[in-house]
Amino acid sequence: MNDILEGMFSAFHLIISLDKDLLEIILLSLKVTLSAVLIASLIAMPFGAWLAVSRFRFRRMTIAILNALMGLPPVVVGLIVYILLSRSGPLGVLNLLFTPTAMIIAQVIIITPLIASISHQAIRDLWAEYHDLLISLNASKTQRIFTLIKDGKRSLLTASLAGFGRAIGEVGAIMIVGGNVDQLTRTLTTAIALETGKGDFAFALALGFILIALAILVNLAIHSISKTERASTW
Amino acid sequence: MVETILPLKVENAHISKRGKTIIGPVTFDITKQGFTTIIGPNGSGKTTLLKMMHGLERPKEGTLNWNCDLELARLHQAYVFQTPILLRRSVIENMIYPLRLKGMKHQQAFAKAKEWLEQINLLEASDLSAKILSGGEKQKLAIARALAPNPEVVFLDEPTTNLDGTSTREIETLLKKAIQTKTKIIMTTHDMGQAKRLSDEVMFVYRGKIHEFSAASSFFNKPDSVEAKAFLKGDILE
Repeated sequence: MNDILEGMFSAFHLIISLDKDLLEIILLSLKVTLSAVLIASLIAMPFGAWLAVSRFRFRRMTIAILNALMGLPPVVVGLIVYILLSRSGPLGVLNLLFTPTAMIIAQVIIITPLIASISHQAIRDLWAEYHDLLISLNASKTQRIFTLIKDGKRSLLTASLAGFGRAIGEVGAIMIVGGNVDQLTRTLTTAIALETGKGDFAFALALGFILIALAILVNLAIHSISKTERASTW
Repeated sequence: MVETILPLKVENAHISKRGKTIIGPVTFDITKQGFTTIIGPNGSGKTTLLKMMHGLERPKEGTLNWNCDLELARLHQAYVFQTPILLRRSVIENMIYPLRLKGMKHQQAFAKAKEWLEQINLLEASDLSAKILSGGEKQKLAIARALAPNPEVVFLDEPTTNLDGTSTREIETLLKKAIQTKTKIIMTTHDMGQAKRLSDEVMFVYRGKIHEFSAASSFFNKPDSVEAKAFLKGDILE
């Protein structure tokens, strides 16, 4: 209990003192996670929409695999990305290992199935509503996908936020491919893991509270910008 | 390039669902401009027939041929559903959508959409969400959206069901105007008064078959089939 209280005080102290190291860690965490969410959304949302409007032989199997990939173990993803990016790996020449880019790549792989699966479910419902109209209007498949993404943007925001939630709290993969290098690839989660390992529970908890606050703040900001839950109608 | 997509020639078309015949076999031609009304008791297959003509239902047997390639014919048709399907967008964006799909530039589509909204008295509601419109306003918007790209043939599935007198009158005025611009209208209705007011020709459907297809005046004054006589008399047809 003492550790928790101490952690809260430390968190408060770190925030009001605007600790430079802490700010760097926060900014890197945000940069990595938001970049991963943006890239994953650009891949996953059109894919989810395409899956909703398409009928092909292995559609059910594709959906089942996509749903299964939502639970992709981050450590395994980290290991695979590590092997691909390591000096002897096929992408070793790019020299990306232990950089924020490598962390973004790992996070994109982890959250893309999650965002795609939630997008698919949201767009499937909207497609059921729009199906006859869009067929009647002779909309091409691309036009249907764009229409569904545009009109389903609020549900798709939830998909992105789910991806953000998973990515901001992720530690296994980014620890492996980022290496937790001070001032280069240290994020809030890897810093928490490090401090816990060192036995500094209060500081680790302080970082944890900041991480939670950050996640809440980003969610609120996105909801506020996109005006969700404000208007009762679309 | 064809001048007209009509006539539509349907031969021995048959639609069945779960082993039950819904339509057919039916053979008919839609040739004339003007107003064709499809009437018949509930469950007789009117909506399925309408959807089949538009291409939303495919006949399992038989053929359906327009005066041109099917893809081209689809570009010159519009369909208004019994329960209007509106996009989760504003009123004006709903109007603009089909115009943009046809390749019209945004500014041009916007101006045309405004003209139509003015015609149906919804210009002031342009920026409101289409969801908050009344039932009559939604149907007017759906019909205006269908008519705006100047289709040659418009299919309407009971467009005034559950609407009040004022909305029904406004919608009928809109449809009469469309007829004057050489648009062919094919509409299902339950409202015999409406069928009498608007129709040039009437198709009477019962148990998935066309029992009569004739000029409105002769249908209402002297129907040929026993079923049509009974229906017009107000008997219950099972």
